Amino acid sequence: MTVSVDVAGKGGIKRFLAEQMRNIAPIFTLLALILFFSTQSPVFFSVANALNIMGNASITGIIAVGLTFVILTAEIDLSVAAVANAIGITMAFFTAQPDYVNIAYIALPGGIAIILTLLAAFGLGSITAFGVTRIGIPSFIMTLAMMQIANGVSALLVRGQIAYEFPALITMLGSGTVYGVRWSIIVCILFFIVAHLVLTYTRFGRYVYMVGGNREAAEYSGVNVKRIIAAVMIICALCSGIAGMLGVAYFGSAQQNGFDDFLLTAIAAVVVGGTSLFGGRGGIGNTIIGLLVLGVLNNGLDLINIDSFLKILIRGLILLIALVINVYAQKLKEGAT
Amino acid sequence: MTTATDHQTGGANAPSVSQPLLDMKGVTKTFGGIAALKDVDFSVAAGEIHGLVGENGAGKSTMMKIIAGVYSGYDGVMTVAGKPVHFRSAADALAAGIGMVHQELSIVPDLSVAENVFLGVQPLRAGRVDWRGMNALAKTQISSLGLDIDPTTRMGSLPVGLQQLIELSRVLFSGARVIILDEPTSALSPPEVERLFTVLRRLRAEGRSIIFISHFLDDVLEISDRVTVFRNGRKVITEPTSALTKDSIISHMIGRGSVDMHMGEATILQGDDTKAIILQAENIGDGRNLTQVSLTLRKGEITGVYGFMGCGQIELARSLFGKTPLKSGRMLMRGKPVRFSSTAMAKAAGVAYVPESRRMMLFRTEPVYKNISISILDRINRLFVKPATERQIADTHVKDLQIRPQTTDILLGNLSGGNQQKVALAKWLTHLPDVLILSEPTRGMDVGAKEDVIRIVKSLRDRGVAILVLSTEPETILTLADRVTVMKKGSVAREFTQGPLEKADLLSAA
Repeated sequence: MTVSVDVAGKGGIKRFLAEQMRNIAPIFTLLALILFFSTQSPVFFSVANALNIMGNASITGIIAVGLTFVILTAEIDLSVAAVANAIGITMAFFTAQPDYVNIAYIALPGGIAIILTLLAAFGLGSITAFGVTRIGIPSFIMTLAMMQIANGVSALLVRGQIAYEFPALITMLGSGTVYGVRWSIIVCILFFIVAHLVLTYTRFGRYVYMVGGNREAAEYSGVNVKRIIAAVMIICALCSGIAGMLGVAYFGSAQQNGFDDFLLTAIAAVVVGGTSLFGGRGGIGNTIIGLLVLGVLNNGLDLINIDSFLKILIRGLILLIALVINVYAQKLKEGAT
Repeated sequence: MTTATDHQTGGANAPSVSQPLLDMKGVTKTFGGIAALKDVDFSVAAGEIHGLVGENGAGKSTMMKIIAGVYSGYDGVMTVAGKPVHFRSAADALAAGIGMVHQELSIVPDLSVAENVFLGVQPLRAGRVDWRGMNALAKTQISSLGLDIDPTTRMGSLPVGLQQLIELSRVLFSGARVIILDEPTSALSPPEVERLFTVLRRLRAEGRSIIFISHFLDDVLEISDRVTVFRNGRKVITEPTSALTKDSIISHMIGRGSVDMHMGEATILQGDDTKAIILQAENIGDGRNLTQVSLTLRKGEITGVYGFMGCGQIELARSLFGKTPLKSGRMLMRGKPVRFSSTAMAKAAGVAYVPESRRMMLFRTEPVYKNISISILDRINRLFVKPATERQIADTHVKDLQIRPQTTDILLGNLSGGNQQKVALAKWLTHLPDVLILSEPTRGMDVGAKEDVIRIVKSLRDRGVAILVLSTEPETILTLADRVTVMKKGSVAREFTQGPLEKADLLSAA
């Protein structure tokens, strides 16, 4: 009576490759890029340049950690860069600014400023979460609105001016170094480790993957899907907020449009790394590879002295190829089972 | 009964069997070696309403799909108005004058009535849509059915009955002489059914032929001139309606007294009103497809809910499990009022649900053990997951339920359907729920797996779980249930608590 099912047997390697396509392709791309730029530029393959690449990627990396959670549940957050900027500016607003800058501020002790700023990030995330889960606005549109709201907050707080002062702790983490390594890299790696542990070893992490894998099935298994979605939206806003706080310190200034490039780069990092846009597949490991691919590409293109206008196009094409692989990998995967 | 008079009015156009409009001889259709239709003869006269009945899987839909050009690979001969035809597509069939209105209407709710009537074939003038001409034409078209509707009305704002008639007018407009109606009355209220019948009689008088497929035998008896009954892929009879009664049709449908009687044809109900009440639904409704349903689930009892597709069973299950919110009525769990605003709340209260489609319940690309543990994670883990414990629990289920292959790490998508269904059940077996709701627990399963599932469900009942089984298959209900509720068009039609119950009773109550 039992129907035996062929488990491993036929097409084992093919199936393995189909399943691992999303992980293999980005690693292969990274290695190919490193190899290419190493032959093209004498300064590319060095410790100093590696630290440079990582430093540049560190702020995006923290944003990408939050986005990874969101994309794993098959949602999207388009407000990450705007929220990062708004939160960075909010922190500057709670810090005494020099007299020569004509900008409004409330001078608070650094610790309190940091706590209030984190609360603000939590608040923005909660609004997004409420809109998506309670009201039922698709995350794509809800976060688009949040992007505009956050930009509005930024605009109102700086009014075209630039803030330069931040709490000492943040200035250290954002722009300081320890043994020649930027603190921001260390913070980013800490985020990677914690996020990876959460996603891989906690119940919440399992729910994130299961909700992304089949939201309906998760709901029929009694998982509170809305709560999980709300949680990832808030986590994402907090990550963006912290990235914003470190980011303004990294730049040395907080101003309107300070994070304009970060939305595309953060989403690209997650997707280029191979986390499925349909949810349920991928993770922090993928995001790290994605960040490095983009970081190496940017840095390498600078070093080989390529037309800077062409650079923009090349980034677009790389993203397109990654999207094709991402969708194709999903289909292979579905075909394999 | 209006049957006799109807038949006489139809008789004016004398359905002459000698000159059929549509004629099929010796039609056989197999799917992978299994015959869905065996040597079927079927004919429809011009100006005839021909009722077509049979249980699920009897071959009605296969037959209709051949006539409508959906299936082109079959054996046998089909002629339309004397000319042999073999349709390769639905467009072929339509060109030959055969149109179909499906149970699921293919309308665009946000377009106007006129745009729906002319969907894809809007009249053009100088390369642009001729709105005025289109609206005028649509108006004529619709009023020829005796309806007075403004063609610029938004389709979605009309009741289902009118939407259906407008879809029908689209089929008519494309020149159909033979119109297949699939379960046209299942979503209609009695006055809407009457309006539909008026339209159908008008079409009959124009000489058009209608094939009326329905589970609702009263409707079939009222409107048809002749009735054909299918059973197990064969045509059993074609008789003038005047020679048939509801009972005689049911006997033909289920083959009572014939040799193909088998398991699940009859049962002795043993509903026991002294058993403790676990879950009580009082006059619940979801504001759409469910109205005023009351139901009582008792400890250690299986309550069966039978009804045709679209009778509100699915909505009932979803409401009880907190998937769709209640709009009216209330629920009591062990006597205490409860209100589930999420499935998580229902689960926490001890209600478990296995929906009709495995896809809705399972994660194809995840291993078996994660599929099983998902609903108990909150019990076995606090903060961190414990895959070893999960595998161990899954392993006991895999062994107990004889899930093949016997491994917890295989991806779920690699299991056969029956084994997947067992995994879906296993999710709820680690900590026995108080209430277990099963939609179509054995649908589409092979015999062995079916028996396994039946055995599992009965053993759960014996361990004190209050079970609700919902199915559109009478066999499933008759095999499992201790008491039966029959649903019809969103409400309870009849309840059976004790004594003998057979398939015919279910069919005639629904």
